[in-house]
Amino acid sequence: MGTFVVGSMIEVTLFAFMIALTLYIARIRSLFAAAMLFGIFSLISAGMLTLMDAVDVAFTEAAVGAGISTVLFLGALGLTASEETRPLHHRLSAKLVVIATGLMLAWGTLDMPAYGDPDAPIHHHVAPHYLEDSEEEIGIPNVVTSVLASYRGYDTFGETTVVLTAAVGAMLLLGGGLTRARDDDPDADAHGEGSA
Amino acid sequence: MSDTPIKMRVRETVILRVIGKGFVPFILLFALYVQFHGDYGPGGGFQAGVIFAAGLILHALIFGLDALREKIPPIVVEIGIALGALIYGGVGLVAMLNGGEFLDYGVLDHHEPAHGQHLGILLVELGVGITVTFVMVAIFYAFAGRSRQ
Repeated sequence: MGTFVVGSMIEVTLFAFMIALTLYIARIRSLFAAAMLFGIFSLISAGMLTLMDAVDVAFTEAAVGAGISTVLFLGALGLTASEETRPLHHRLSAKLVVIATGLMLAWGTLDMPAYGDPDAPIHHHVAPHYLEDSEEEIGIPNVVTSVLASYRGYDTFGETTVVLTAAVGAMLLLGGGLTRARDDDPDADAHGEGSA
Repeated sequence: MSDTPIKMRVRETVILRVIGKGFVPFILLFALYVQFHGDYGPGGGFQAGVIFAAGLILHALIFGLDALREKIPPIVVEIGIALGALIYGGVGLVAMLNGGEFLDYGVLDHHEPAHGQHLGILLVELGVGITVTFVMVAIFYAFAGRSRQ
């Protein structure tokens, strides 16, 4: 019981941090500070996922959200101004839409099974089979890897293709002299990428 | 002024440069650990690829974009992006040639299906790792290279 109270206290604290960060990011005008706070937000969500025993997801969140995304945000900051421009006017309708959507999402979670509920549908579909038989069928201890790479290998292949497509899109849109050396004429560079 | 302000700051600060330089090989080594230990602990190709790319990008932040471009030319990045997905799809096709279904690794080993599964997972995770590494480097090249103009 004692560990449960301490555990939920940590969760509540982390959640409070995340909410405070979100509000602060929404208000702050300095893009550099916003990029850094996004990284901190990702790190805290990685901590939350670790508390939920989802270490694989937490690992990904820490590596992608707090690591690479922050670097890419900083790279993008090099291309733009360091301050967000002030909006000309605040639209009340936009705020109402956002609040209504948030309330609807919160309302939707009421239908979801409680966290850790053993009777939840997700624990009665294919999960028991994976947990009980993957050691024999696949023979590796990490069930998450078994599911991702073997049982759901087709999905992971699709995800890899999505990542590949993202790179192709970035290369076509930004160019960035990926195929040309930078000593070349910068104008020719941009055109060359577009036709590639 | 051909560099982004962030990179200049990292390169001009002695402490960041010296400490960052020491970190690069350990980050790359940790990425390889995550890659090949994914069967036993948390991690796998995706996380390993991102960490490996983070190590390479740190190298670029310290020594400059050109230093990384010399070691990993853009053409290598382009080939690497496609190679990883090709390895993944190739494993699936080899499984089909061995009489199984697409991405059914069990048929890769005729005696023990679990061994085939092991080999298949190792190879597809390697494919994911290669693609993700070079995709991240490509996106970084695209962003960092653009700010030079």
